[in-house]
Amino acid sequence: MSAAKHKKFVYGIFNDDDVVMHAIPALRSKGLRVKDVISPFPIHGLDDALGLERTRISITCFLYGMTGCSLALLMMYYMNIFDWPMDIGGKPSFAFYKNLPAFIPVTFESTVLCAAHGMVITFFLRSKLLPGVEPHVIHPRMADDHFVMAVQIDNDSEAANVEAQLRAAGAIETKK
Amino acid sequence: MGHHGHIEVTSTQPYNFSSRNRMIAMVMMVIGLVAIIAQFATHHEQTWANLLWNNFIFMGMALGATFFLAVQYVAEVGWSAVIKRPLEAMGQSLPVAGVIMILIIALGGKHLYHWMDGGITDPNAANYDEIIAGKSAYLNPVFFWVRVVLYFAIWTYFARLFRANSLRMDAGEGTPAYIKNRRYAAAFLVLFAITESTMSWDFIMSIETHWYSTLFGWYTFSGFFVTSLAALAFIVTYLKHKGYLPEVSEHHLHDIGKFMFAFSIFWTYLWFAQFMLIWYSNIPEEVTYFMLRQDHYRGIWLAAFFINFIAPFIILMSRDAKRKKYLVMFMSAIIFIGHWLDFYIMVVPGSMVIAGHHAAAHAAEGAAHGGQIFGSIGLMEIGTTIGFIGLFAYITQHFLSKSPLVVKNHPMMEESLHHAI
Repeated sequence: MSAAKHKKFVYGIFNDDDVVMHAIPALRSKGLRVKDVISPFPIHGLDDALGLERTRISITCFLYGMTGCSLALLMMYYMNIFDWPMDIGGKPSFAFYKNLPAFIPVTFESTVLCAAHGMVITFFLRSKLLPGVEPHVIHPRMADDHFVMAVQIDNDSEAANVEAQLRAAGAIETKK
Repeated sequence: MGHHGHIEVTSTQPYNFSSRNRMIAMVMMVIGLVAIIAQFATHHEQTWANLLWNNFIFMGMALGATFFLAVQYVAEVGWSAVIKRPLEAMGQSLPVAGVIMILIIALGGKHLYHWMDGGITDPNAANYDEIIAGKSAYLNPVFFWVRVVLYFAIWTYFARLFRANSLRMDAGEGTPAYIKNRRYAAAFLVLFAITESTMSWDFIMSIETHWYSTLFGWYTFSGFFVTSLAALAFIVTYLKHKGYLPEVSEHHLHDIGKFMFAFSIFWTYLWFAQFMLIWYSNIPEEVTYFMLRQDHYRGIWLAAFFINFIAPFIILMSRDAKRKKYLVMFMSAIIFIGHWLDFYIMVVPGSMVIAGHHAAAHAAEGAAHGGQIFGSIGLMEIGTTIGFIGLFAYITQHFLSKSPLVVKNHPMMEESLHHAI
């Protein structure tokens, strides 16, 4: 959302998700650039209606998971096989692959830990949700029971027309 | 994306069970029958184990579908309303599986279950087994037969009841029939939780009577439930391939694919939990189970693990994969083969030990090689499986052709038609 600083938006505030879903194609057919909708709960079909790209967070999840998996295996190889060979379960094989079943629970936990934390931290960084950051609140009830639609404009002279169209499409309030 | 448009149910007609498909199913059943007769004619040691193994999968597919159907009612699931007819049709195989199971155990029980040997619980008999005698409060023929008859009576009753109420929805009694099914489904799930555990001890775990695993009920459940989800995926994608069920969108396919993916992981979790604890503790009375499989069935044992875990994990992980009709169909076949191998590993090695005892008792040459006989997978086994698949395909298609492919007047239908994820 760093683009918000130099891009101009007009916001329409709605109080019904159904009205929002109808307004998106209606406003777009009139040439308005509907960029995003902020909703307090997930609306089925919203991403498709907005034509949003699929999130890439699941790719990062896979990469963090692989990292956690390899780190755990490397750690246990070093600790229990290389540095201090352990007799695991009364089977003194001292071979990594023969003792692998004993390493799986730790590997699993480490994979999940890294994947989950990595994803959450990535999401926070990407959304600029860090401690001390001033939140960008468009409407006080946008995380409560109202929906905010962002329409991009190029210069302020367009604003009046866009605001009128937003109201016509069912917005209860508009904001520049 | 159709979010607001009104979608009509277009599948008002039943499935057309064409004479060609009837023929294919019949030919498959004949192949199975020939394989079974050939096994009996050649006194194949694995005959009874093959029958139990394949009939268990056949029964499991029907039982898993009935369980899944009951969960859909109890949880008041919306999205699955359009796939309820295939689930109902799959469950109708239960009485047939029950009759075959009773025949197999009545005629061949002694070849399968060590505890069924005569005199084994009699302290004065030559083959007295103290451990088995200690288990005879549960594992005795009278109680066993009462249980087996009860299992199939309960499951068949509910599978037919769910379908009967669903047909009453078609007839116009929509929501009241749904609510009836929801109540019966709750009762079924309680009974299922008990019968499923005891059933897996009775049919499979008691083959190796000395051995036990407290996880076995769950493990068996995860195996046959994934198999039934794979069968469901195959049936739904086949119906779509034939132009039926236009209501089933890629969103529904995605959910079915997710279930296959998730329960493959669930199966792996239980497989590994059972294996790892026994491997780690290394107690002789427990570890013999895995030693037999590792030493003599290593290829199949490992193949089952890789096919059932690595293949679905890698191939079904992405969202796009779960939405491709033919990929889902392909994966359902792969998962079926994987669990076919896994049930082989559960049933056959143990019964081959018993076959070895019998051979040693009856013939001198049997005693010569220590009475050890090991199973294998060959044409006879594959033929038996083809026969059971043909039987399942015949019954399922028969019931699909008896009622419209989508339930009419289902209270969740509107939600299911608009399902989007």
